[in-house]
Amino acid sequence: MSDQNQPDQLVSVPHLLARNARLHGDKAAYREKEFGIWQSWTWAETADEVEALALGLLDLGVQRGDHIAIIGRNRPALYWSMVAVQSVGAVPVPLYQDAVVEEMTYVLENCGARFAIAGDQEQVDKIIEAQQTVHGIDHVIYYDTRGMRKYDHSEITAFADIQNAGRANAPSLSKELNTRRDALGYDDTCVMLYTSGTTGRPKGVVLSNRNVIETSKNSSDFDHLSAGEETLAYLPMAWVGDFIFSIGQAYWSAFCVNCPESAETMNADLREIGPTYFFAPPAIFEGHLTQVMIRMEDASRFKRWMFAHFMEHAKKVGPKLLDGETIGFGDRLRYGLGKYLVYGPLKNRLGMSRVRVGYTAGEAIGPELFDFYRSLGINLKQLYGQTEATVFITQQPDGEVRSDTVGVPSPGVELKIAESGEVFYRSPGTFVEYYGNPESTASTKDPEGWVATGDAGFIEESSGHLRIIDRIKDVSKMADGSLFAPKYIENKLKFYPNILEAVVFGAGRDRCMAFINIDLTAVGNWAERNNIAYSSYQELSQHPQVLDTVQAHINAVNESVAQDEMLAACQIHRFLVLHKELDADDGEMTRTRKVRRAVIAEKFNDLIDALYDGSGEIYTETEVTYEDGRKGRIKATLDIRDAAVVAKTQVAA
Amino acid sequence: MTTDATPYVTEDGRQIGGVMMDLRDITLRFGGVEAIKSISFDIREGEIRAIIGPNGAGKSSMLNVISGFYKPQEGEVHFRGKKRPPMKPYQVARQGVARTFQNIALFEGMSVLDNIMTGRMGHIKSNMLAQAIWSGKAQREENENREAVERIIDFLEIQAIRKTPVGRLPYGLKKRVELARALAAEPDLLLLDEPMAGMNVEEKEDMSRFILDVNDEFGTTIALIEHDMGVVMDLSDRVVVMDYGRKIGDGTPDEVRNNQEVIDAYLGVAHD
Repeated sequence: MSDQNQPDQLVSVPHLLARNARLHGDKAAYREKEFGIWQSWTWAETADEVEALALGLLDLGVQRGDHIAIIGRNRPALYWSMVAVQSVGAVPVPLYQDAVVEEMTYVLENCGARFAIAGDQEQVDKIIEAQQTVHGIDHVIYYDTRGMRKYDHSEITAFADIQNAGRANAPSLSKELNTRRDALGYDDTCVMLYTSGTTGRPKGVVLSNRNVIETSKNSSDFDHLSAGEETLAYLPMAWVGDFIFSIGQAYWSAFCVNCPESAETMNADLREIGPTYFFAPPAIFEGHLTQVMIRMEDASRFKRWMFAHFMEHAKKVGPKLLDGETIGFGDRLRYGLGKYLVYGPLKNRLGMSRVRVGYTAGEAIGPELFDFYRSLGINLKQLYGQTEATVFITQQPDGEVRSDTVGVPSPGVELKIAESGEVFYRSPGTFVEYYGNPESTASTKDPEGWVATGDAGFIEESSGHLRIIDRIKDVSKMADGSLFAPKYIENKLKFYPNILEAVVFGAGRDRCMAFINIDLTAVGNWAERNNIAYSSYQELSQHPQVLDTVQAHINAVNESVAQDEMLAACQIHRFLVLHKELDADDGEMTRTRKVRRAVIAEKFNDLIDALYDGSGEIYTETEVTYEDGRKGRIKATLDIRDAAVVAKTQVAA
Repeated sequence: MTTDATPYVTEDGRQIGGVMMDLRDITLRFGGVEAIKSISFDIREGEIRAIIGPNGAGKSSMLNVISGFYKPQEGEVHFRGKKRPPMKPYQVARQGVARTFQNIALFEGMSVLDNIMTGRMGHIKSNMLAQAIWSGKAQREENENREAVERIIDFLEIQAIRKTPVGRLPYGLKKRVELARALAAEPDLLLLDEPMAGMNVEEKEDMSRFILDVNDEFGTTIALIEHDMGVVMDLSDRVVVMDYGRKIGDGTPDEVRNNQEVIDAYLGVAHD
């Protein structure tokens, strides 16, 4: 299978585009809300736009194999850019749009980009600033013309102008474009994506057309994706998931990708589009749930009762119904009533009325959170993947969905568990290499093609599903030899709407301690309704009543953890609420919002020491980076509290 | 007073044209109080003109004279080369002058969209009956106006609050909605009365960017009153300084900054 080419010569994304324009020419390929109205482009129009841009790129002098950085929020024009870049034999390198200049400089230098396509002025400014250290960029193309008039246009050109130049020069350039497009092979580079890097510098993962197309084909078949699907593209374009969902699968299955009006209107746009295929990291689902809970608190007493009553029932029956199990007539009737009164309106509110397949990945999802959505009748499933695998390693088939596993190997994926407990995989999606980094490539991918995931896990014998315990470097032993799996505890904590983020420490120690980040939306709302005045995040975070609430949550989590014999030692003994939100700009999290433990442990080591030495409070100063890149320091005195720990003997009793 | 009105291009590439509005020896009295004492200055096409001064200097009164709300007892207002006869504010608005207010004056119960739509009043030509029966012409007109409003919503990045009642918005956003409504009138001259009063640093930065963008993208001439000296000096091409109803300085931010009389007015000296 691996040696033959695709039928119809579907060996690259531009080829898929040509096929879609032929077979689905009149069908919507992209929609974007602009000026309050959903604008749409058919596959035929998309092919036309991409063609014009590709010709324009040739006109600009783009060579085969050039790297072209693409930076901006999800917009059709930037997706077209990716395909246009591929059409001329160059390599698209999408970057995180919220990256600060230093991060951008690093990536631009690492990939040696000659051109950049930027969404708007903000991104252009960053590229220009990065140019002071790297000088590789010959030309910048920008899409949104706002504020761009004053720039020196000798090395900057508007997207539309590039397209116009392309159209004008089509007679002389078409032949070259066709030659380059026809020359695209199955093993040529499709895209280069930078890993978010929980440790060290980001690495450029090179994915071939084979990786992307095989994976898209297999995963589309797995969930029976068709040309009728609707998705909302709102996750960073630099993330492999978005590349696969909004380009790989979208082009393979010819479904429609919808782009929101702006990041702030995401929820409203979601409701208007009502996607059938939806993807979100747990943080998004958490955010939605938090909002629902806040709104419910403001609802009338009757509505609150109705919500509580039917959600209770849904938790019991909903997931079973989704899995096709038999349910008693009475339960079914009550669920039906609940659907009419609560679940339906709620799903509509969440924009998930039409979701046929929903995935969560990127981080383990709290079981309570997962069950909440399942119980509403939303077919939310988990998948486990990474950039190096072109997303898919395992995923959950319909009817076999559980919150504690990540599913069976995706089609074409082989799995093995090493003695250390680390999960290895091999698949058609296995990445080609880390760009310009043979050592890292060799240490991650062995000559037979097996890739180390860096995660510890095991395959459950009864179901054949993979269970991930934690990052292998995070899983460790406590001083007394018992298992320490911080993420498991953190996820339990994060289920509470008041807790945005938690970091648990305990490797090699006798007890576990925790940092908590409060969720400003939830806690701020609570403060407002209870007439609690605060002037800053910092002040609110240290309010005694907030600490009481967090303490209650931690006590509850301790009780639940104590039930698990393997992890009972991971109960949290002492905690503090951090005075600042952990933030990617400060390097404490990755751009995909995963905590960087090592960075946090080093940066806040004074706080960790205080947790362990028994102090009641600690004064600290922390450097923060503001959105515009300036740095400042915040000072705070943090309270440290003890949580209630369930003793081992009690569990046994 | 600047008499040389030859068009020029600013350092950042904006076109500054000839004199758009010329105020000559304006004196405004409220009973025995002289709020404005024989002040003259001009506003040129495409520029950002600031009026600054301590509290009670007569800045808002000056803006009200420009907008036609106050009628000065002495002096002349020349607009586009012609002497302006005494006018009602709505007549001034029709000439292409729009303004925002120091204390927000929006319809609190109406949505952001509807509030901005009211700014299109001057652009609605079909009569009330045609609108009531939703005739083809009225409908077309409404669509055109809505489109213009949507462009402003996009420009000021307030898409997410399009349908939110104004009363539910925080202060900074209300200010932005007010700017949007003024822009909806597609003015040639935009008067901003303390657009940044009561804002935090971040909101001020946003508002400054929007003011610059409005000027740059639409070529709108802007006259603004502002207290924050830092903001004024960064934003404006020329500054008029008022104190006790008199003009004590007029020129580029640098000139004004080094003007001894201005320094005295701001830092305070004994008045005799």
